[in-house]
Amino acid sequence: MTQTQALQEYLLRLADSDMILGQRLCELCGKAPALEEEMALMNTALDLIGQARNWYEYVAELIDDGRDPDKLVFRRDAHDYRNLLLTEQPNEDFAVTMGRQFFFDVWHYFTLNSLARSSDERIAGIASKALKEATYHLRRSSEWVKRLGDGTEESHRRMQDAVDILWRFTGELITPDDTDHAMAEAGIGPDPEPLAQDWRGMVNEVLTQATLTPGAEDAWMYMGGKHGEHTEHLGFILAEMQFLQRAYPDATTW
Amino acid sequence: MPQHGDSASMSALDGLIASDRAPTNARPDLLTEDDIWALLQEVKDPEVPAISVVELGIIRAVHWDGKELTVDVTPTYSGCPATELIEELIVEALRDAGVRNPTINQVLTPAWTTDWITTEGKEKLRAFGIAPPETSSGKMSLLGESAVITCPHCGSNDTERVSEFGSTACKALYRCKECLEPFDYFKCI
Repeated sequence: MTQTQALQEYLLRLADSDMILGQRLCELCGKAPALEEEMALMNTALDLIGQARNWYEYVAELIDDGRDPDKLVFRRDAHDYRNLLLTEQPNEDFAVTMGRQFFFDVWHYFTLNSLARSSDERIAGIASKALKEATYHLRRSSEWVKRLGDGTEESHRRMQDAVDILWRFTGELITPDDTDHAMAEAGIGPDPEPLAQDWRGMVNEVLTQATLTPGAEDAWMYMGGKHGEHTEHLGFILAEMQFLQRAYPDATTW
Repeated sequence: MPQHGDSASMSALDGLIASDRAPTNARPDLLTEDDIWALLQEVKDPEVPAISVVELGIIRAVHWDGKELTVDVTPTYSGCPATELIEELIVEALRDAGVRNPTINQVLTPAWTTDWITTEGKEKLRAFGIAPPETSSGKMSLLGESAVITCPHCGSNDTERVSEFGSTACKALYRCKECLEPFDYFKCI
């Protein structure tokens, strides 16, 4: 694997994770528990999809095979997607939605923090923009985790259930592979070890304040999203998201 | 990166269609960079029409390269849906003034901050009913914005946050406990 290939692969992971989580959140449009929460969820989705576009534009230039960001999003099948498995998990109840957001936001915040100092100037630019947005996301999702965890008996039970359901998908966030190592060595991506420590540190801190119990550090973890091996959910997301472009390829007027 | 007014592909067709030609009364050769800034002062933010794109701080640079004008624009948020519309409005305003095929260059670095909203811009926001960003972006801490947000309607400091996010990506929703009116707060980033 050359460094350019590793860079493409790494950028696709960032782009696809933002895109798929953004799409997931959009499913809640018109269905969120309260108006303010709906606006917040849609704003978060918008930020993520905007960030995804910035990453896709860069990766499209590197791949340079004529595909633009739209083609990358609407014409790739599940095995070509490189998003984290966590991002494709269903919304379920509000506790799961916010739990998924929280685990992702912690990872996103520390990752972007490091990418903002990347040796690749283009990445540093996109990341420093995205970091401001991710900081807001993290503040909100951690507040919700605390409020639900340290809330009523019912909200506590549901928030703990959400942590238990989602925990198995969190290992992938902080378990580096060859691509992650290659990026770190090139000074482009974050150092895997401090990233994992920061993620664990903040997750434990917030869950403790929320009176919630984190999963075991050595729990069995689902991996594979970064290599195109996905849970069954991604196919359904793509079926809905890509329908129009698949049915009417290259249509310019809707 | 979107590049409006691709001059290379247009050159063969330049001037063939009347609407492509600069108005005969336009004197783009007389427009200085200061004139362009003044012109852009008339282009309003479509989401917040009270302030211009210049006051919002998203115009980063304006420069002539011979007869080619380039305007550097930075988005407020990565996913701001108004970005493309704003770029179109800028191109339209420049074309109306006789600048042919201006180029919009989207820049991400350094990232836009609310510190770039001009003092006049902040006052206009307040008059429009949107509380302007209170603190310097550098002071925003991760775990809470401690600044007192003043109600743009009655000036009371007794306000509370309803939601971290408001009607657009750049705003949060607040309520005044004094006059009981809800209001938008321009988030500090």
